[in-house]
Amino acid sequence: MFVNQFLFLAAVLFCIGVYGVIARKNAVLMLMSIELILNSVNINLLTFAMRNGSTDGHVFALYIIAVAAAEVGVGLGLVLLVYRNKKTISVDELSEMRG
Amino acid sequence: MIAQNIGFWIIAVLMVVSALRVVTTNNVVHAALWLVVVLAGAAGQYILLAAEFVAITQVLVYIGAVMVLFLFGTMLTRARIGAESDLNNSYKKLGIPVALVMLVAMGLALTRSFGDEKLPESAKVVSTQEVSDQIFGPYLLPFWALSFVLLAAVVGAIVLARKD
Repeated sequence: MFVNQFLFLAAVLFCIGVYGVIARKNAVLMLMSIELILNSVNINLLTFAMRNGSTDGHVFALYIIAVAAAEVGVGLGLVLLVYRNKKTISVDELSEMRG
Repeated sequence: MIAQNIGFWIIAVLMVVSALRVVTTNNVVHAALWLVVVLAGAAGQYILLAAEFVAITQVLVYIGAVMVLFLFGTMLTRARIGAESDLNNSYKKLGIPVALVMLVAMGLALTRSFGDEKLPESAKVVSTQEVSDQIFGPYLLPFWALSFVLLAAVVGAIVLARKD
């Protein structure tokens, strides 16, 4: 197995996630795209851990999983609050801070 | 090695197709279910990369907990579950060139840096004991910080979502 086949898979997933963040305006779908990005980073970390024969990459991957879980918890709490106040979760309708 | 390569390509194609469905489908619940396929495929890739503990954590945390959160979030913020038309920005075409440029840039950098370098043939599976020795040894301080992050996230989520 080549190093690059894993890294290219991660790159493709990362770009799909970036496209999702740009193209979507539903806040829940934007969070899902961010999960795609975080997963591609994990694949990269584990590939380099295997290439270098170390376990540091595994530790970082676990920490990323934990941070992503916290992010989704807080993010969905925010989305719920926005929905309760504005009756919508389209991010382009939240324009109070526009000058 | 042949079998692992076949497994890699099957899972990789499945993951890319599912990821494309996540960002293009018109149904929020379907997007969540396609995301399950991507996350399960990622767990499979972790096993191919000799990371069994991370793979199991991925299944437990992502497919078990995060997906339930997403489905609850969809349920609590939607009047109806079904196909919708206004999920995308009006300028979503702009995302395609951005993603393609990033992909080309990363592809060039990867080809130049790693070329046809191979992963070690006889990499042994990293055991849970080794991972825990790392976490509770050199990486103990980040582990504590992470505990506080999770505590703050739990408290924050409760405070945000509570009805006053």
